[in-house]
Amino acid sequence: MARKISNTSRWGFTILAWGVALLIFFPILWTILTSFKSEADAIASPPKFLFFDWTTQNYAEVQSRSPYFRHFMNSVIISVGSTLLGLLIAVPAAWSMAFQPARRTKDLLMWMLSTKMMPAAGVLIPMYLLFRSWGLLDTRLGITVVLMLINLPIIVWMLYTYFREIPSEILEAARMDGASLKNEIVHVLTPMAVPGIASTLLLNVILAWNEAFWTLNLTTSRAAPLTTFIASYSSPEGLFYAKLSAASTMAIAPILILGWFSQKQLVRGLTFGAVK
Amino acid sequence: MSMMLRGLMGACAMTALAVPALAETLTIATVNNGDMIRMQKMTKPFTDANPDIELEWVTLEENVLRQRVTTDIATKGGQYDIVTVGNYEVPIWAKQGWLTALDDMGEDYDAADILPPIAEGLSLDGKLYAAPFYGESAMIMYRTDLMEKAGLEMPERPTWDFVYDAARKMTDKENEVYGICLRGKAGWGENMAFLTSMGASYGAPWFDMEWKPQFSGEAWKKALTDYVAIMTEAGPPGASSNGFNENLALFQTGKCGMWIDATVAASFVSNPEDSTVADKVGYALAPEGEKPQMWLWAWTLAVPSSTDAPEAAKKFVAWATSKAYTEQVAAAEGWANVPPGTRTSLYENPEYQQAAPFAKPTLDSIMSADLKNPTTVEVPYIGTQWVGIPEFQALGTAVGQQFSAALAGQASVDQALQMAQQISEREMAKAGYPK
Repeated sequence: MARKISNTSRWGFTILAWGVALLIFFPILWTILTSFKSEADAIASPPKFLFFDWTTQNYAEVQSRSPYFRHFMNSVIISVGSTLLGLLIAVPAAWSMAFQPARRTKDLLMWMLSTKMMPAAGVLIPMYLLFRSWGLLDTRLGITVVLMLINLPIIVWMLYTYFREIPSEILEAARMDGASLKNEIVHVLTPMAVPGIASTLLLNVILAWNEAFWTLNLTTSRAAPLTTFIASYSSPEGLFYAKLSAASTMAIAPILILGWFSQKQLVRGLTFGAVK
Repeated sequence: MSMMLRGLMGACAMTALAVPALAETLTIATVNNGDMIRMQKMTKPFTDANPDIELEWVTLEENVLRQRVTTDIATKGGQYDIVTVGNYEVPIWAKQGWLTALDDMGEDYDAADILPPIAEGLSLDGKLYAAPFYGESAMIMYRTDLMEKAGLEMPERPTWDFVYDAARKMTDKENEVYGICLRGKAGWGENMAFLTSMGASYGAPWFDMEWKPQFSGEAWKKALTDYVAIMTEAGPPGASSNGFNENLALFQTGKCGMWIDATVAASFVSNPEDSTVADKVGYALAPEGEKPQMWLWAWTLAVPSSTDAPEAAKKFVAWATSKAYTEQVAAAEGWANVPPGTRTSLYENPEYQQAAPFAKPTLDSIMSADLKNPTTVEVPYIGTQWVGIPEFQALGTAVGQQFSAALAGQASVDQALQMAQQISEREMAKAGYPK
């Protein structure tokens, strides 16, 4: 039975929700505002919120100094590529773990997750040496494979959780109708798990887009994504906040827009299976 | 069929002929600072004169650059043809065989014109291993109006006591004016750059000749006590989080009476576009204790031994650090914007002297820096605001965290020094000193 919510509570929750949303969004808003300030206004004390001389000079400077489009394309290729590659491996793996569990499946899942707890810096040198030997330094292929590998545990875990929510009887029925394993996964399981797969895909694109350790260390220029573009605007000597904010805004804008348009899918996927 | 075969052979031959004609790409790793960014925009004369060389810039934040370049050079990754490194790294890397000697830079390079303290720090066994792009020392930048209001006159090189006295008198906390701004943020290149050089000026070295840490000595106690006391009394709030940029912002917005830091700051605080106090800034040499406070840093261009284009790389380094490049910048953007602190001829140039009021204190500060004798006692290392051993980056930051905690009031001076001593003893033993 649905509970009745009073108007006061509804207003209270609405204000609270907006308050929390604004609080979370404020750093991004501040970055965007700073990107339109002069360097002097960016460090003004007390800080200037809206009343300052708005300028697009920082964007012009960033455009003239860096090949933004090249970094952007690298980010797109690396994040989408690593996610698709990851899904290709993770869908069958998660199917097997969800519907054909073995004695050690749980342990295997925990072990996969535990690899995420390893400090990345600890394996930097061996990875760098491998990349050097295989000629993968500063290549899109190399960094795509690395990002796929580091995000694979999350993809498998998410898909495993979604698949577990699907009644195995449906798959059994498909098998009784003569569906092969491939058909069972492609034509029965996947369509039912689309919201889950979509949210996994979106989340991993965002994770790969924002990844800054491996992209900074394994790429130089040809394969360098937007994380290296942002890193080039930080300086230990000299004021750089306004230009760095402009670069950051340009780097996060695509993913912000993607998140905005796919929010329904993302929320649906993340709450998939929560309500029967 | 034979037509196709002939065509294929022809194509192969054309490709083979075309390969040597392809442009050679130099990948240059650099930091994001004004002088380096200006150079990126002014390379046309070089590329025009060398159409077979293309330049690819990789600009990174200093710490990211250091980590990235160290990894690449140590593993012989060969990702960079030219790297921007500080004078701290150059002798260490040269000793490891990671850098190419720059002893054949062409007839008109005039290596003898490089300021002797800078050249000395970049050489090993008499050979230059990196070419200085710009150099800096430390100086006092102060507000002339506040100094006058305090009834004081800044000497050419004040004592520490004069600085403390002036800082107290210039402080007006109600109006958010703080007598002195010094680095407090933990890091080997942040608070420890300042405190290492301040300590040395008090006669406090990092190590004795047996590589034993010296933080339990009286000199360090006096230096750190004075630093914490003056910053508590006349420094800005939250000073333990302030590095170069935070202090620059405070000074430019009129909140610091004095700021002791790298000479490169002079061009920022005197720039009316960014600084609200540009017309009220005076300059003096860094303070004097038992010895003058010494500081010497240079951003240099070096050629890693892992590059596959050493000759082209040397050609570019020679151009970027030449007198001709300085003149090119002066012609395009004025003498005040040329990279400072590397060549004697620049400081003899009357046009530069006129355009840069901070030229003389900068030169005097650089020339007074003695990398081999930074303090009153003999030490086994080189370096004024750093210690020239590979372990210093980690050790300096660990000690810097203790000193930053003392400034924040989370530990007493005695506790911070005791911890610094313990950490240093442990790390040096682990690293196998004395070697």
